[in-house]
Amino acid sequence: MIHGAHGDARPPAAPGRAVAHRAKSRHGGDPASGSPGRSRTARLVGLALLVLLLAVRPATAQPIVVGSKNFEESRLLAEMFARLLEERAGLEVERRFNLAGTQVCFEALRTGAIDLYPEYTGTGLVSLLGEPATADATTALNRVRRVFLERWDLWWLAPLGFENAYELAVRGPVARELELATISDLARRSAGLSAGLGFEFIERPDGLPGLAEAYGLTFAAVRPLQQALKYEAAAAGRIDVLDVYTTDGRLLREDLVVLEDDRGFFPSYQAAVLARGNLLREHPEVGPTLALLAGSLDEEAMRGFNLRLQEGGESPEHVAADALTAIGLVAAAPETVAAEGAGPGFWAFLWSERATLGRRTVEHLRLVAVALGLGLLVAVPLGLALERRRAVAEPVIRAVGVTQTIPSIALLAFMIPLLGVGALPAVVALWIYSLFPILRNTYTGVRDADAEAVESATALGMSPRQVLLWVRLPLAAPVILAGVRTAAVLTVGTATLAAFIGAGGLGEPIVTGLQLADSRLILSGALPAAALAILVDLLLAVVERRLTPAGLR
Amino acid sequence: MTDASRERVLELTGVSKRWPSGTLALDGVDLAVDRGELLAVIGESGSGKSTLLRLVHRMTEPTTGTLRLDGASLHAEPPVALRRRIGYVSQHGGLLPHWSVLRNVTLVPRLLGWDVERRRRRAAELLTLVGLPVEEYGGRFPRQLSGGQRQRVAFARAFAAEPRLVLLDEPFGALDALTRVELRRELRRLHRRLGATALLVTHDLAEAMELGDRVAVMRRGRLEQVSTPDELIARPATDYVERLLELLPGGTGR
Repeated sequence: MIHGAHGDARPPAAPGRAVAHRAKSRHGGDPASGSPGRSRTARLVGLALLVLLLAVRPATAQPIVVGSKNFEESRLLAEMFARLLEERAGLEVERRFNLAGTQVCFEALRTGAIDLYPEYTGTGLVSLLGEPATADATTALNRVRRVFLERWDLWWLAPLGFENAYELAVRGPVARELELATISDLARRSAGLSAGLGFEFIERPDGLPGLAEAYGLTFAAVRPLQQALKYEAAAAGRIDVLDVYTTDGRLLREDLVVLEDDRGFFPSYQAAVLARGNLLREHPEVGPTLALLAGSLDEEAMRGFNLRLQEGGESPEHVAADALTAIGLVAAAPETVAAEGAGPGFWAFLWSERATLGRRTVEHLRLVAVALGLGLLVAVPLGLALERRRAVAEPVIRAVGVTQTIPSIALLAFMIPLLGVGALPAVVALWIYSLFPILRNTYTGVRDADAEAVESATALGMSPRQVLLWVRLPLAAPVILAGVRTAAVLTVGTATLAAFIGAGGLGEPIVTGLQLADSRLILSGALPAAALAILVDLLLAVVERRLTPAGLR
Repeated sequence: MTDASRERVLELTGVSKRWPSGTLALDGVDLAVDRGELLAVIGESGSGKSTLLRLVHRMTEPTTGTLRLDGASLHAEPPVALRRRIGYVSQHGGLLPHWSVLRNVTLVPRLLGWDVERRRRRAAELLTLVGLPVEEYGGRFPRQLSGGQRQRVAFARAFAAEPRLVLLDEPFGALDALTRVELRRELRRLHRRLGATALLVTHDLAEAMELGDRVAVMRRGRLEQVSTPDELIARPATDYVERLLELLPGGTGR
């Protein structure tokens, strides 16, 4: 299937972006503690550098990077690939899961940011090549194999043995009442029914538009819905018709009737490994190892595995291990895989996840710290420069302000063709977001610094440089720091979206949770992220107090 | 002030200033300030008196005319170096709010590269002179002082580096009446004591008459009259000066 719904994952609302001017607190302070403006500035710069240094990662050997899209089956298959490569071929593997949709994954692969990921032949044909769909499995596979190889040196390996195509399903009671068994049956009654369809399905030529034409379908209403929510909406009777994927585990659970595609409209979507030619040449063992999976999975088995992920709350690691054991490719995992079932309460769940959470928090902070550090290094000098060329200041600041209007998810996606996936494009996107609040506040802070003090300092013979470093900058420090705080909180929030392009962080459980409509999982990322934002704000409030010159407190 | 032994500190010849907007702020001004003298320039707002002052430390440049300090053109050295030799007090003092009193007062000596010991000694001396002993006030910040105290610190700062000339731009303008009177007295004392040369700009005639060794009356960019306060009263040169003097409360000045 299709997989790859960009639209399915909605960014959480971005926090307010107003430039914060904080009122200065006014208690007296120790009169003797006033230290020179120069060292204040030095401390500010030092802090920025420290933050950068802490964030720099030591270079490591190049592991094989396995990617996945942001839905259960893709993660499961990717985990199986990764585990197989580790255990059967002894290779080092890095996981870049949860990339936001087909285009993101494909760009990542093409640019070498990832080495392989699970893809479906129909998606390759229709979404990536822009060619007409075909319902014939062999034709589809041969076509994508040839074109991908010629055009991009990308290889379709080891078709896994199952298809995950689009199908239409109808709520059980409705199907029985109207006696619907095929899509042609549906077409005769559809004008009175409402449909809940995936965002991508509504747009794709091999989705609703083509289907409507092939069968003459028209619905009373079409609601765009995220995949997991469609089932809830159907169960609640809010929609009658939904698009489903062949291997969706929830088909085993819900009272839904899958309609027969009696005109053979839906194209073939065989699952396979899509890998870079370079990888296969550099690691000749990769191809044969992954080939062990060829034909090893069928639709029924996949529905079972998917159900465990979707409703059982099990991790892809557990289910992948089980699947590989069941196929006989990997010995049973030494650690007993405890079925988590409906699971413990939220706080117990959070506690059980503390190690992962800690690692993600560190990843998250690293993204924020690097982006913010770079933001400081660029926006503060730029703000100072603009103060001396006020004619161009407003246009420049307004132009930088435009970056704030780009939806975060769009900016992140835009980075992929330029920088691939992972931490780098995320940092660049976050950096762009951090610029405006810091720039705006630096400029206004320096411009509006006590005019008479600045004038007197000049009139008494300070050079322009001295006026800047000894007077304007220290006087503007509280305002600049307020801008940094705004940027920091903004960046901590936006960084949760970085998980969509494989940068990790606290957004990862949010992305996964959105796909599974698992609020526990969403909260396990969202709450720590919110706490982190508050913490960072408090921390910077302390820094702000310390950097505010004693005479201004 | 007209004896032969006088020494010109500041001399303006045919100085005019036209703003880019076309306004003529100063129109052919000739003026000299002698060593040890306090010259008070009086005029309404817009008369050009502040512009005149700003030309002296090159915060703005004249359109035509020459300005000399100690006989040498102001343009003989870079403005930053010039300004370090000229003291300055603005209406609210213009103290650096994030610097202690001591640090504010030692600013110019520091710019001039005086050693720490000399700077401190000089600052202590001046702060004592303005009634704010360094032991008690040196570590305070401007916010912790009253308006009058801040202005005293500003005076100390202006005189700290033994400047050739001190420019005073409405230095009492923001003070209440009592403090103003007190501070005027203090300025006079300071000026006598240090034997400094000063150019005071004010819109307050009583102040000009009380403080000025000579008074220069400005109107619409021109000098109406430059003379001692007594002479001004005895022989007003123009109708404008005459009308101005009528506003003076009886018995003020000398």
